[in-house]
Order: sequence, then C-alpha cells, then structure tokens
Amino acid sequence: MKKEETHISSYTSHAIVLIVLLFLTAISVLVTGWHFGPFSVAVALIIASIKVRTVITHFMHMKFESLFMKLMVTGVFVLFALVIIITFIDYYLR
Amino acid sequence: MSNTETGTHVSYLQHKGKYKGILSWLLTTDHKKIGLLYLYCIIVFFFVAAILGVLMRIELIAPGETIMGPQTYNGMFTIHGIIMIFIIVIPALPAVFGNFFLPILIGAKDVAFPKLNLFSFYLFLIGAIFGVLSQFIGGGAPDTGWTFYVPYSAESSTNVIYALIAAFILGFSSILTGLNFIVTIHRMRAPGMGWFRMPLFPWSLYATAWIQVLATPIIGITLLMVIAERVLKIGFFDPALGGDPVLFQHLFWIYSHPAVYIMILPGMGIVTEIFPTFSQKPVFGYTAILLSSLAIAFVGYFVWGHHMFTAGISYGSRWFFSFLTFIVAVPSAIKVFNWVSTMYGGSIDLKPPLLYAISFIFLFMIGGFTGLTLGALAANVQVHDTAFVVAHFHYIIFGGMGFAFFAGMHYWYPKMFGRMYSNKLANIAWGILFTGFNVLYFPLFIIGLQGMPRRYFDYLPQFQTGHVISTVGAFILFTGLILMVYNFVYHIKRGAIAPANPWKGVTLEWQIPSPPSHENFDEIPVITTDPYIFGTSTENKQK
Repeated sequence: MKKEETHISSYTSHAIVLIVLLFLTAISVLVTGWHFGPFSVAVALIIASIKVRTVITHFMHMKFESLFMKLMVTGVFVLFALVIIITFIDYYLR
Repeated sequence: MSNTETGTHVSYLQHKGKYKGILSWLLTTDHKKIGLLYLYCIIVFFFVAAILGVLMRIELIAPGETIMGPQTYNGMFTIHGIIMIFIIVIPALPAVFGNFFLPILIGAKDVAFPKLNLFSFYLFLIGAIFGVLSQFIGGGAPDTGWTFYVPYSAESSTNVIYALIAAFILGFSSILTGLNFIVTIHRMRAPGMGWFRMPLFPWSLYATAWIQVLATPIIGITLLMVIAERVLKIGFFDPALGGDPVLFQHLFWIYSHPAVYIMILPGMGIVTEIFPTFSQKPVFGYTAILLSSLAIAFVGYFVWGHHMFTAGISYGSRWFFSFLTFIVAVPSAIKVFNWVSTMYGGSIDLKPPLLYAISFIFLFMIGGFTGLTLGALAANVQVHDTAFVVAHFHYIIFGGMGFAFFAGMHYWYPKMFGRMYSNKLANIAWGILFTGFNVLYFPLFIIGLQGMPRRYFDYLPQFQTGHVISTVGAFILFTGLILMVYNFVYHIKRGAIAPANPWKGVTLEWQIPSPPSHENFDEIPVITTDPYIFGTSTENKQK
C-alpha cells in the first residue's frame, strides 16, 4: 500500500470556508421568502450543493486528491443530480 | 498440502487474542469472525421469517380464515418482508461472504476499518432486534407491507415507527459496510493486483458497495420523513398536509430498486467464482463480466419507476423507465452467457456448489424473463399487485440471491470451518430444495395471471388449486432447508478435515490453509498472474 501524503490546511483557509458556509446558509434562509414557484426546490438544492462542494474540497481535502478520485466524487454528484432531475421531470410532465 | 493436515497451523478459530471465551467473539475485529457473527444471526432470523412464510402458506391453503385472521396475516407478511429484505437479503452476501473473503481474495490481512466493521455488525443487530420487536410490542405488528407505502403507513395505529427505525438503523449498517469495502478494495489490494487482476467476487462487492453507499441514505431520509409526518404532522406525503404520496414511492424505489442489485450482484459474483473452479477453466469474458457488474449497478439506479407504472406517474416517465428496464436486462444476459460459456468444454465436476450455481442461473432466468413481462407497460397493468409479482421477486431474490448464498456456503464451508460436509446429504437437500422452490412459487405465476391479488388473506375458490400446490411446495422447501442446515451443523465438528484446496480452485483463498490463520497470510502475496489460470501454471504457483 502506497504511503499517503499528509496536508495541513491553514487556519485562514478554514476561516474563509467557514464564512462562505455561513454566508450561503444565510442566503438559503433568505431565499425561502422569495417565490420561485416550481424552481424553489431547485434553488435550495443548488445552494446546498455549493456548500457540499466547499466542504468536500477544503475540509475533506479533495483538492489534494488525484484526478481519478475527483472524477469519481463528481460522478457521485452527477448521479444524485440525475435521480433528482428525473423525479422532478415526472412532476413536470404529470 | 495444507498446514491443517500437518497440525502446525493455528487457525483464526484457535487464535488467542486479547479476549477469551464469548468476548473473543463479541469484541473481535477479525473480519472472518465478524462474517461468522453475521452468518449465525442471519440463519436465526431467516428461520423466523421462513416460519412466518410457512404460516402464511397454511393460511392460504383454503379460502376464508383457516389459522389466522386478516390483521394477523397483514402483520405476518409485513414482518416476513421486513426481516427477509432488510435483515437477510440485503446484508447477507456482503456481510457474510464479503467480510470473510474480500480481504483474503485481494491478499489483505483485514478490511480497512476493522473496528468500524464490528460497529456495523452491532448496528445490524440492534436494527434486527427492533424489527422483530415491532411484531410483538405496543400497538401490534405493523401491517403496511415492507414497502411502508404512505398514506397508510402514516396513519396505521400499529408499530410502524419501530419497523421504520429498524430499517433506518439497518441502512446505516449497510452504508458503513459498503464504505469499508470500497476503501479496502481501493487501498489494500496485494502488490501486483491491478484492477483487472482482481477476482470477480470482489468486483461484484465493489459495484454493490457503491450502491450501498449512494442509495441507502435516500431510504434513511425517506423513512425519517414518514416518522416526521406521523409524529410532527409535517406534510411530506399526505395530500391533506400539502404533501404527495407519489413522492414517497419515488424516494422509496430510488433506493429499493438499486437494493435489488445489492442483493443479486454479490450472488452473481459468487457463482462467477464457482463456475471456473468446477469447470477447471478460466472464466469466459472476465472483462465483460466485471463491466456488466458496473453497468448493472449504474443502469439499476435509473429503473426505479417500473414499480410505479400504475401509481399515476406521467406517460413520459412510464416509457422512460420501461425502456431502461429492458436495457438493464442486457448486462444481466451478458453474465449468463459468460457463465454458460465458462462451463462449455470444461472438465465439469458436479459437486453441490455447482448444482446450486446452475440452479441459480435457471431460477434467475425465470425471474428475469418474468421481470421483463412486468417491465412492459401494457402487461404490467394486468399483473401489477398480483401473485405474479410475488412469484417473480421470489424467483429473483430467493432463487437468485438465496441459491447463490447456498452455493457460496457449500463452496466456502471447507475454508470457513476446516471441515467437509457430506456431499450425499448436500445433493439430496439440493434436490428437495429445488423441487420445493418450484412447486411453491411457480403456481403463483399462473394464479397471478388469472387475477389472484397479492397480500390477500382470502380468495375466490377458483384459485384454490394453485394455493394448495404452493403450500405443499412450502413444506417440501422447508424440509430441504432443514436438511441443508443439519448437514452443515452436524459436520462442523464431525466432518472430515478439509484440505487447503478441496475443489482445486486457483484464487487466493485456496492458496492458504483451511481454516485460514488470524492474519490470513504469513506474508502478503505478490500477484504475478491473472486470477483464473488453471493447469500447469497454477500448480506451479501453488508449489
């Protein structure tokens, strides 16, 4: 088994990520007051996805991983997005 | 020659670790012992659920009430389904054979996270106990069926919440096992074992593990949403509260259809190990088989809507899901052709594991073809929610996963316990099981086509002949099960000592003593050849 490289992120980058997450949380609370009609769930999911990407990239050190690993994780999100999109298409077509 | 035969080998069963006695089992982090803990629990729960199944068949032997009332019958089929699906069929193959053989097959000493592995087992046990308790306490056995469809599951006064919590906890166990296997396969393969030198059972576990990790959280959240609707009156699914019951079906089947592949993919992996060994021939189409596993796992994500053709989904969705259902049959068929081609021209040794593996193909094909009937939009309207569906999924789940489990037990029993079972008894048990299985389930196809609804405790007299034959089959099947388990239990202490390689297999588990040592390998093996090379080169490799 190959020896793993270690990475130590700076406190500054952690602080920036924290601020971004708090900001996005505030946005997601704020947009609940606006009426996007059938797209309200989509807007909430897009904001949540950005938060998830931020956490995985920085806190979970995905940015230090190989391209293969990045593609696999991206594939997971594409898969999940497809499942959600197909479900909502059914609602749209009914 | 095995060290077992020379008496110098200390097996994992004799290994003296940190703890002694029962604690050496309850606190073990050895993947093999954890696999056996799962095995023993699953056997116990299997017989509980099987007895419930036999009781249901006795009730159905004649129209009207025979041994139980309708509410008891509803509870019986619900808890039979919950135990069979969530406690046995979904976890059994990865948890028992995956735990025991995955590290050995990839040349590792354990899984990546041994403590997490033990934690998964305890989550499984807690979930299983919750599931069984829901039958006996409080408001009575849940009566929703294992599918928990709303709005009824949000309204029923029975123990639905206990059953939902049980399924939720069992789901967590499944996720952690899947995660453990993915990391183990990525990080712990022996030197020289590239992805395309990995045996096909680990490949099937890899495909399964991704489904476990990605799909199971969806059912977990969905079941919590039902609990929230029941307890807090939050309107997710109840139209009166602003919800939508079809959304539940979408979310439920987004998990539960891929779950069918969690059940069947490892079974396919097991028989893929058995065919080359008992044909003494390399597996035909190694790459095709592994790619078809991944294709089944991937396409299997997008066919959930075929459970909902009559639920009021849009016309566009119906043809989309119907089309993909037919597509997913292609990689399944690829596997079947490859298994048959593996046996073609081989030196066939018709031992019990091969008998079960061949039965797997036969029964799985019947289940698969009738699945295409259900996947066709027009036919589905006729047979939806009839006994035809019951027969179809029992052919897939019991005939497929169940027979693959039995095949795996007969194949790896000598390695797991270091003893041989009686081939004669195993052959007789197989004959009884195979006959009983078909007598039990095939009549359900016929009465289903004639219009017999599923989940009804009463029926019109015209369906009685089919039900009587089916009930007779249940007793034959149960006899076969008892005989098979007796054969295993009796020979666990009294059977002949198993050699290291009783079947002349070539994968790594057959290169180590029976039973394996605590750490599997004295030295991590270096892999220099493909996994299924028989003949001279293999004999050299073993020397």
